Amino acid sequence: MGSFHSRSEEVQELADKTGFTSDQIEHLHRRFKQLSGDQPTIWNLRQAPGGLADEINFEDFLTIMSYFRPIEMDMDEEQLDRFRKEKLKFLFHMYDSDHDGKITLQEYRKVVEELLSGNPHLEKESARSIADGAMMEAASICVGQMEPDQVYEGITFEDFLKIWQGIDIETKMHVRFLNMETIPHCH
Amino acid sequence: MGYQGHILLWAQRELEEAPGRHPESSLGGCLLLGLLALAAASEHEGQGDAGEPHIFQIVTFKWHHVQDPYIIALWILVASLAKIVFHLSHKVTTVIPESALLIFLGLFLGGIVWAADHIASFTLTPTVFFFYLLPPIVLDAGYFMPNRLFFGNLGTILLYAVIGTIWNAATTGLSLYGVYLSGAMGHLDIGLLDFLLFGSLIAAVDPVAVLAVFEEVHVNDVLFIIVFGESLLNDAVTVVLYNVFDAFVAIGADNVTCTDCLKGIVSFFVVSLGGTFIGIVFAFLLSLVTRFTKHVRIIEPGFVFVISYLSYLTSEMLSLSAILAITFCGICCQKYVKANISEQSSTTVRYTMKMLASGAETIIFMFLGISAVNPQIWTWNTAFILLTLVFISVYRVIGVVLQTWVLNHYRMVQLGIIDQVVMSYGGLRGAVAFALVALLDKNKVKEKDLFVSTTIIVVFFTVIFQGLTIKPLVQWLKVKRSEHREPKLNEKLHGRAFDHILSAIEDISGQIGHNYLRDKWINFDRKVLSKVLMRRSAQKSRDQILNVFHQLNLKDAISYVAEGERRGSLAFIRSPSSDNMVNVNFNTSRPMGMEASVSYLRENASSVCLDMQALEQRRKSIRDREDMTTHHTLHQYLYKPSRHEIIQNEDEKQDKEIFQRTMRKRLESFKSTKLGVKHPKKINKTHKRDRGQKRVRGECFMTLAHTDVICFLLDMEFSEPEENEYEHLHTGTGIDFLANVTKQNFTETSGIDNPAFSDDDGQSVYMRFPPWLSNEDTVVPSQRARVQIPYSPSNFRRLTPLRLSNKSVDSFLLADGPEERPRSFLPESTHM
Repeated sequence: MGSFHSRSEEVQELADKTGFTSDQIEHLHRRFKQLSGDQPTIWNLRQAPGGLADEINFEDFLTIMSYFRPIEMDMDEEQLDRFRKEKLKFLFHMYDSDHDGKITLQEYRKVVEELLSGNPHLEKESARSIADGAMMEAASICVGQMEPDQVYEGITFEDFLKIWQGIDIETKMHVRFLNMETIPHCH
Repeated sequence: MGYQGHILLWAQRELEEAPGRHPESSLGGCLLLGLLALAAASEHEGQGDAGEPHIFQIVTFKWHHVQDPYIIALWILVASLAKIVFHLSHKVTTVIPESALLIFLGLFLGGIVWAADHIASFTLTPTVFFFYLLPPIVLDAGYFMPNRLFFGNLGTILLYAVIGTIWNAATTGLSLYGVYLSGAMGHLDIGLLDFLLFGSLIAAVDPVAVLAVFEEVHVNDVLFIIVFGESLLNDAVTVVLYNVFDAFVAIGADNVTCTDCLKGIVSFFVVSLGGTFIGIVFAFLLSLVTRFTKHVRIIEPGFVFVISYLSYLTSEMLSLSAILAITFCGICCQKYVKANISEQSSTTVRYTMKMLASGAETIIFMFLGISAVNPQIWTWNTAFILLTLVFISVYRVIGVVLQTWVLNHYRMVQLGIIDQVVMSYGGLRGAVAFALVALLDKNKVKEKDLFVSTTIIVVFFTVIFQGLTIKPLVQWLKVKRSEHREPKLNEKLHGRAFDHILSAIEDISGQIGHNYLRDKWINFDRKVLSKVLMRRSAQKSRDQILNVFHQLNLKDAISYVAEGERRGSLAFIRSPSSDNMVNVNFNTSRPMGMEASVSYLRENASSVCLDMQALEQRRKSIRDREDMTTHHTLHQYLYKPSRHEIIQNEDEKQDKEIFQRTMRKRLESFKSTKLGVKHPKKINKTHKRDRGQKRVRGECFMTLAHTDVICFLLDMEFSEPEENEYEHLHTGTGIDFLANVTKQNFTETSGIDNPAFSDDDGQSVYMRFPPWLSNEDTVVPSQRARVQIPYSPSNFRRLTPLRLSNKSVDSFLLADGPEERPRSFLPESTHM
């Protein structure tokens, strides 16, 4: 390991930024090293069409993981809201593959097809129709009554938030970052 | 040993104890005053008949002949009638839980019986309770258990069930013993073991009571599942503790050795795991059996009940935990059984289970009330009773708080103070405790009567008092209630996306979490279990997302046509921008004002359930309305089964009944196809008959539109190539019909004349498709009913064969419709 002192500073920085504790960061760092084969970055295994980074370094890795942190008991309303927004934003970006701020029907279709690709018996048509149906649902939630000539471009982030309004995403979208080897932390 | 051994001993004792009772005077306790006279008369009659008949009697009064079943039937009738009476006043039932009302009724009836005969002749006997009344309730709970929720919280549930119950039992027993030692209870013939025995039977939270009370309260799912799961799973602990202490009491306090204690601990594991294992084995058997019941659909529901009941009895026979067995049988078999059996059987199973469970619960509470009126067993000991009440409440609270504190370190969704309050308050004791205490051997446990009285008071207190006050408490504390939302497609989709994402993240971060395990299980299930246990056809179409999608389609179709009904024609679907079909850009939109009605309809249409699979060929008779109504009202309860109230919008009922009736007639059999792939179908023979009947009844032919439209959608979505019994096709008529409808605004005749049903007038049909089927490139189902019916002859081949004419004898054929069909009905008909 490098200079211990500067390392712990780094760790502290990261901890502040992402909200992990330093122990968790250590654990994740170990895992990162495992995945990357001791390289400083992980090479992107899949060739993504344009725009995506080919490699991610540890900081990015941590940032991504931080989206999945569980809610802590001592969070107040505002923090909770922000937390929730962050998680949803992450999800939004996952769907919005061309990063134009909207999830268009094409993108949505792609996502649904991939989701349902696990079921080998499902026809592509069905998957597509499901995506269309879901899109319609989203449209109806977001825009409500549409004028005959209105065109629904795609789901923007605000619409996305609206869709998820009643649903507790915080309780679903998180992973416990327990270290299997050491004692679990109490948050 | 299980309860069985106890029951046998108990039965023996009863026989010994009742030499003085004239067997016939036990008859005297009749149910109501009128019957009292009847019984009294019969008594004499019976005695009179003891001698030889001197003459030939044309009619004889043979009470003894029917005595037993008659009384049982009468009791069931009384309980059910009572339920009707209670629900006459809606206000009363919302304030006082039904269980409390039933107990009062029981007290009242018991009072009558007592007053009449001074003998307490009807009690809740442990045999009846454990063999007949408890299994349906537990099976119902297991079969409708929301598995994902249950297994997601399994750790929590197990902790409460095991540790919590042991804690309750130990502390209550020991505290009572301590108080006894201090002399506050006066003189009693009790030892430490007796107290522990009592503690163990009074400690367990009762599933029947929890269900009865929580069902009316509607707390959020997680809270409910924790309390309810606890009440189910603590049976193992209760059985073990009870048996152990009972045995110890028999052996005598002085002779208990260390080995016995060790054996007790080991028996806990054996009993619980054994019971679970038996449940799983029977679930496997049940699923396997239902895989092959394609040709015996009528008795399919029977299998479910019989095999589940066998699991209960087998476990009881092996002295393992019977409740666990039947619970896990229900939990494990749900998925496969529901996939394998026909829609009708599924409904039958659901309905019968609910009925049995509800009936059993009613009888249990009523008999609890009746059994209380038995002065022979009443022993009063103020300190004992009061302290028991105090101790069980206090220790429950302490137990819950401690355990929650520990659990919150490990749980993702923390349990807050309010949750803990509800959990403590919801720890109700019920009939299981009573039955257990009634099983005690009076010779071994000298103070049995005291125990029985105390148990009765405790049960009454928790059910009545806590049951009454829990609703206001929940409201006051603003507990998060259960949201019974319609399943949204987006939600399901995203939910699925989450599962994948979370599994991935867990994998990346290098740990084995819930999602990882769940993923593994789903894979295993898909690759191995489903192949073995599920019918091949079901394997393909079983997918959560598909199901939701399908349901939404149906609702849309229903609302689409229902709206047409309201407006008098389907012309509303026309829209100015006729150029586009509803396509991906969402250029077209609904007509104004549709939104509200559609969504309204959609809300209410959710209760419609359609038979999607083949029905019996023979069963072509028209079903009762009631059959239909119940059929679909029950389908409402997708997530939170409720036995007590059926919410029904009266306005929609009529529509739905007609709809359903026609659906059933029309949807005799049905074959769905893969998109774009056709299977030849034979003629719809029943069509003719239906038509005839239709005319006679003069029903609104719009209803047919429902069915046919639905057929279309159903066709589209499922593929079941091996279901050879789908020999008839109805969709053709639907298309005919739709076309005709749009051609002419229908005028109000009584039940509009259905041109589609005019006799063989050679009217050939032009193929109209619901827009969503017209073009493969454009949007497909789940459109709101704002689309128009396009006319696209070129695409006909995609669809299932349609009929060219109304003559049922024509060959199905299909494809292109005659081009000369007037298209004038749709001035702005669209093309794809």
